[in-house]
Amino acid sequence: MFDKLDQIFVTALHWLTGFLPAALQPVVSTLICIAFVMSVFPGVFALTTVLERKILGRIQNRYGPNRVGIPFTKIRLCGFGQFIPDGIKSLTKEDIVPRAADKVVHFLAPVVMLIPVLLSYSVLPFGKNMTITDYDAGLLFFFAVGGAVEVSVFMAGWSSRNKYSLLGAMRAIAQMVSYEIPLILSAVTVVMVVGSLNLSQIVAHQNQYTYGIAHWHVFTPWGLVGFVLFFIASLAESNRTPFDLPEAESEIIAGYFTEYSGFKFALFFLGEYLGMFAIIGLGITLFLGGWTSPVSFLTWIPSYVWFLSKLMTIVFVFIWIRGTLPRLRMDQLMNFAWKFMLPLALINILVAGIWHYMAADWQRWLVCSAIIFGAYAILGRGLMQNQNFGKRIYRYAE
Amino acid sequence: MLGEQIIKGMAVTARNFFGSYVSKERLTTVQYPEEHLAQKENTRQFPFLVYDGDDWEKGLRCVACQICEKECPPKCIYIVKSKDKKPDYKGQPQLYPATFDIDISVCMSCQICVEVCPFESIKMDTKFELSTADRFGGLLLTKDKLAKPNSYYQEMHPHDAADSDAVIAAEKAKAEAKAKAAAEAKVKADAEAKAKAAAAAAAAPIAAPAPTPPPAK
Repeated sequence: MFDKLDQIFVTALHWLTGFLPAALQPVVSTLICIAFVMSVFPGVFALTTVLERKILGRIQNRYGPNRVGIPFTKIRLCGFGQFIPDGIKSLTKEDIVPRAADKVVHFLAPVVMLIPVLLSYSVLPFGKNMTITDYDAGLLFFFAVGGAVEVSVFMAGWSSRNKYSLLGAMRAIAQMVSYEIPLILSAVTVVMVVGSLNLSQIVAHQNQYTYGIAHWHVFTPWGLVGFVLFFIASLAESNRTPFDLPEAESEIIAGYFTEYSGFKFALFFLGEYLGMFAIIGLGITLFLGGWTSPVSFLTWIPSYVWFLSKLMTIVFVFIWIRGTLPRLRMDQLMNFAWKFMLPLALINILVAGIWHYMAADWQRWLVCSAIIFGAYAILGRGLMQNQNFGKRIYRYAE
Repeated sequence: MLGEQIIKGMAVTARNFFGSYVSKERLTTVQYPEEHLAQKENTRQFPFLVYDGDDWEKGLRCVACQICEKECPPKCIYIVKSKDKKPDYKGQPQLYPATFDIDISVCMSCQICVEVCPFESIKMDTKFELSTADRFGGLLLTKDKLAKPNSYYQEMHPHDAADSDAVIAAEKAKAEAKAKAAAEAKVKADAEAKAKAAAAAAAAPIAAPAPTPPPAK
């Protein structure tokens, strides 16, 4: 019974396409999958915009949006109807294109932002047998299309002909290029251990249980470090606080989308959030066991429920971090990427190799944990050197 | 070690996040249309007219002297004097405003009308939710909308109302004392006149027929 519930979407798709001639089946099946991605994830995006405002409000001891519910009734739904007026507002706003802007590139930038992001969903396993294209080089494909986002950001910044846009775009490029390296290097460890780039196989590798606990990669020393590195790098890749320099409101207005208004602005916003969900989904697939359950007695919960709940948990942590940490400076950002994350990711690859070739007993836990802890302590000390974290002295103000 | 302070900061925000669901005191927001903050006594919005007693038309303190109309900087007050007179709180016959309009779309809440009024009749109100769909008629407050009882004023601004009541009581006492003095003087004058008349009557038979004395007053 639970198996049927788990496979309900897969059977529904097979049943629907079964009415069609065999030649049309793959095309229609793909179209339905696209419709699924295009409806579910923007829905999650809409929910997240409200959730983010509410959580940030609560962190600052405010209520957050709590008024808009069902129109013409007194039902407020705790303000979760807020995204509807927001969407209507962004659709009906005037679309302003600066006179000096390169109009074609300015128009194309949000489209170029959104399409690679949506493409990257095609290889993610949302549940058991729920990968849209079960592609052998899925991980590679994900990172390859993810690289196109940088192009769109620079298109937006350059074509706007605005100094803030250009500054934001340049910051974004510097940041994304720097953080892509630890991102990919932390993902490499998983490929080394699993021996496959296929994301479904990576999940299958984690779908085993000893003593009732799943073999998630995050439960190993290299997996934990890999996950933390991946998490930090994905924060930077999705331009979220504390790495929101490309769109730092207090410094450069809105960064590369300063000159965008109306629905183009909303598209950028959508692209950014969908990119965030995609990269979180990849992190879940690589380290948190994808759609599998952490303990064997909860395997009856449908796989897509596990995937979505893991996704929303990490989104919550993202928002929590946004409510906590201030923005980094550009030099701090670069120091952190090149002097801390990159060496740690390289050491982590070494540790993953050691883990793979040592016998599976307590000794490999000890050796791997010791290497990682030592590297973390030394690199952390190096990063904090000469930082002078004492009381701040104001030379002229007092 | 690196990351320690980040964990501490995350703990602080988590405490705020969960605390705001548990304890109401953390949330300082007042959910305005449903909840209201208690108003401070010094709150002032727009002027209104005070009346004594129960009937606003009878008890209105305003005597249509038009000082406020003349002093009003943006000229938002419009007064038409009455043709007849009616007794005020001292029992004195006074004019009253046949029309008293304040256009609150023009009023700038400067309170000068209140300061110049010699009859304690125009005071500042604290009502601020005055939005209306009719931007002309809805914002022109006529006499009946402006008139509010003294008890309302006492409740709203107790200290100022007490001062104002004391002034009125003093005026009333003064008027009463004056009336009393006048009455006494009248009694005295009557008595004197009577005595004079009596004296004249007594002297009349002695003297030659004299012209009748002027009637005593």
